[in-house]
Amino acid sequence: MADMSQGRTNVPVAGSQQPGTATISGSKGLEFDEPLIFEMGEEGRTGVDINPVEISNERLGGLARKENVGLPGLSEPQIVRHYTRLSQKNYGIDSGFYPLGSCTMKHNPRINEKIARMQGLGDLHPLQPQSTVQGALELIDTLAHWLKTLTNMPAVAMSPAAGAHGELCGMMAIAAAITARGENRTRVLVPESAHGTNPATAAACGFTVDSIPANDKGRVDIAAFKAKLGPDVAGIMLTNPNTCGLFENDIIEIADAIHEAGGYFYCDGANLNAICGRVRPGDLGIDCMHINLHKTFSTPHGGGGPGAGPTVLSEALAPFAPVPYVIHDGNAFKLVEDANESDGVPFGRLKGYHGQMGMFTRALAFMMSHGSDGLMQASGDAVLNANYLRASLGDTLSVSFDGLCMHEVLFDDRFLKDTDVSTLDFAKAMIDEGFHPMTMYFPLVVHGALLMEPTESESKETLDLYIKTVRGLADKAKAGDAEFFHSAPRHTPRRRLDETAAARSPVLRWKPETNE
Amino acid sequence: MRYLPLTDEDRKEMLGVVGVKDINGLFADVPNQALLKAPVDLPSRQGEMEVERIMAEMAAKNLNTSTSPSFLGGGAYRHHIPATVDYMIQRGEFLTAYTPYQPEVSQGTLQVLFEFQTQVAMLTGMEVANASMYDGATSTAEAVMMANRVTRRERAVIAGGLHPHYREVTETHAKYLGFEIVSPAPKAGGDDVAELISLIDDKTSCVVVQTPDVFGNLHDLTKIAEAAHEKGALLIAVNTEIVSLGLVEAPGNQGADIVACEGQSLGNPLGFGGPYVGLFATNPKYVRQMPGRVCGETKDVEGKRGWVLTLSTREQHIRREKATSNICTNSGLCALAFSIHASLLGDEGIKRLARTNHAYACELADMLAKVDGVEVLNKTFFNEFTVKLSKPAAEVVEKLAGKGILGGIPLSRLFPGNSDFTNMMIVAVTETNTPKDMQALTTALKEIL
Repeated sequence: MADMSQGRTNVPVAGSQQPGTATISGSKGLEFDEPLIFEMGEEGRTGVDINPVEISNERLGGLARKENVGLPGLSEPQIVRHYTRLSQKNYGIDSGFYPLGSCTMKHNPRINEKIARMQGLGDLHPLQPQSTVQGALELIDTLAHWLKTLTNMPAVAMSPAAGAHGELCGMMAIAAAITARGENRTRVLVPESAHGTNPATAAACGFTVDSIPANDKGRVDIAAFKAKLGPDVAGIMLTNPNTCGLFENDIIEIADAIHEAGGYFYCDGANLNAICGRVRPGDLGIDCMHINLHKTFSTPHGGGGPGAGPTVLSEALAPFAPVPYVIHDGNAFKLVEDANESDGVPFGRLKGYHGQMGMFTRALAFMMSHGSDGLMQASGDAVLNANYLRASLGDTLSVSFDGLCMHEVLFDDRFLKDTDVSTLDFAKAMIDEGFHPMTMYFPLVVHGALLMEPTESESKETLDLYIKTVRGLADKAKAGDAEFFHSAPRHTPRRRLDETAAARSPVLRWKPETNE
Repeated sequence: MRYLPLTDEDRKEMLGVVGVKDINGLFADVPNQALLKAPVDLPSRQGEMEVERIMAEMAAKNLNTSTSPSFLGGGAYRHHIPATVDYMIQRGEFLTAYTPYQPEVSQGTLQVLFEFQTQVAMLTGMEVANASMYDGATSTAEAVMMANRVTRRERAVIAGGLHPHYREVTETHAKYLGFEIVSPAPKAGGDDVAELISLIDDKTSCVVVQTPDVFGNLHDLTKIAEAAHEKGALLIAVNTEIVSLGLVEAPGNQGADIVACEGQSLGNPLGFGGPYVGLFATNPKYVRQMPGRVCGETKDVEGKRGWVLTLSTREQHIRREKATSNICTNSGLCALAFSIHASLLGDEGIKRLARTNHAYACELADMLAKVDGVEVLNKTFFNEFTVKLSKPAAEVVEKLAGKGILGGIPLSRLFPGNSDFTNMMIVAVTETNTPKDMQALTTALKEIL
């Protein structure tokens, strides 16, 4: 998912240095004060042993580097300690409950890591002769089969590197299909609750964006949507379940209407995890949808990537799928890399080589481990966990939309009215309680959004502790203890950071002259 | 199912709290005809051991680069990855964290990104870098789009030596955004600088030059930079083998305005082409036009130094359709691997690593030049060069594979349809190639040619 603060800057409030907690070293027990790696190097140290070599007949053509790079010298034990200490300043799914709405922070099984590193998978060169990588192409083809079967779609483009990249793939296919029809359609309809990537992607494909309002049930206002249809509309980009955590129950009507108007239906698959194995998006009339393997199929988020965004395509869009793609010609798997060799009319290429193979391996291992039955159970548990939070917190917080939710539940800040506590303050207080905050201020359709996505990975015991904590904090806020919230978090390696100052005069790297 | 903690008892109790009868009842908003009553037609759940066995069977069908002599480059290089790198990136606090939007509980990732940005800036000789892109190809395309924004022009001059995948990705974006690409024909002996310069005019937004180029040739960028700047265009330097910068002059010291690189060579395995890590560096004056996430330094309420994601008003989650790029997820974990490897190397290590690569490549080039039917075309190179063979290279490469040697990449794979290149292949050498590997390739080529 995209943003946690929607541009709201995190301005520090006057915080009190707790008296009596200062130490001589700057570290506090297991909480280490760790300098930048550039501040700890010494000449003559190294973390790798490489023997010096003589170059007999150098071929650099006078282009040898004149100055040192400037990287510090450190030994292996220093490096191990540096990164261990840095890791301890991070919150991961392995550390605790991470109900970050729209981001799908579910368990990352370690078997997937092991398999991705297997000899014969992790060490293949992308441009080996195809005869030497038949197993790798089989793996991609197998994953493609799972994705097509789960979505009931006829084709899938495997190369997109992340969700937003998959959006680009789908929208480029749509643009190519429209051009092939000899038409010129320039407008794309995007609900106001959409992820920021949707309008950004439409713009990157040369479309203009026209926003559709939500109705009071948190869904697309179908009358407003229909009023916007016209001969210049290329398509709609709709997330389903949407970013309010709700299933768009008019989706079939929306699909019919957009098709009748000559446009295409891009479904943002960011929330596929809610329905995976239970509802096939192809049965809902979509034309394309990216699948975030790092969400639904649990490839690790890695502190911001890498992801993978294979994009399923309908019959109408399949001919325009980008190169490369894998086929089986009856004898062997084949990678079609050259558009001229294609049976279709590929719109181009989206990235180097063939896609995020390391993510494919992990995702396929995850899918095979679950099986079709386990995937069905997982989406059921994810939706049950979210509804359990909704039902258990509904009377304390303010639920934005009545009725059942899907895999995530949206609250707004009405429950904080007149408390002088903001959504941001509330989220920061959750950190002190040992939980990662929920998504804040997204989606934009409600005021002060708090979006919680528990996923299927959480036990009832964890959810109960979380519920007890949220209720307790809400009571505290309503009781008038605003200062407690303003000064949170207190128990973190750093307290609130000045984001305004960071943006005003950006310091984006270490430099010897200013930092020594 | 081993990943699902809820018991049937839990489910029953929780459904009671929610007030629905069964799990299906939770999906009441789904049109009934679309709700599946039974699992789709795919295999059922399996244990770790079974899944590992299936995957191992597929892995066994491939010729791997760990046990076969391999001389494949073309923008993806097999280097030794120190054990520390792979151990550290698998720490759960790094592996299983999200994008660091909550800085108080993400100082680890953020400090890593700040260090990564500094290392990228140092290696490329630039002032600033972002927190990574998907790969070198997308980084290059984003660099061209950024140059178009900065110069408000829409014509990119792209050297013939740019990796064809990088060019194709850029062309794909050009098609949709309506900008123009002009380009001289690729030449295995290296780009003709005078020809390239002749294409730059006052409508040119940027000149894109890869060095070492896809054929392995090194290029002096200074003259091209001067010519570009004279016409108000930017120079985009592309590098697909970042280890070269331990030995070869940095593009930032030759007048580059944007540097786009593939960073796979440090810390990241070949992995059949991904995930990799795109590097993106530029000058501070262009930073607000830069794509992607950036980490910046700041202070917390107690005055302690810390880090946050910054300049986010360029990005899609704030700017929506007016963003500098649609990128959201990038290559965080690959950037971490890159950064740890660079930290382990230090100045002395990167220099020695680069020298080893160059020395071995020189050695192999000299060995192959003595084989009948092999001509080494490069006057300059770092660790990869082009050879012209007496037979079609694709056939030779297949025969080498039959002998268990991954001998090179036929240029016909990268430039399909270009008959000038039919008999040529590119050969890469790294520190992982032993004298025995090189002898095996030389002997095999003698037999085949």
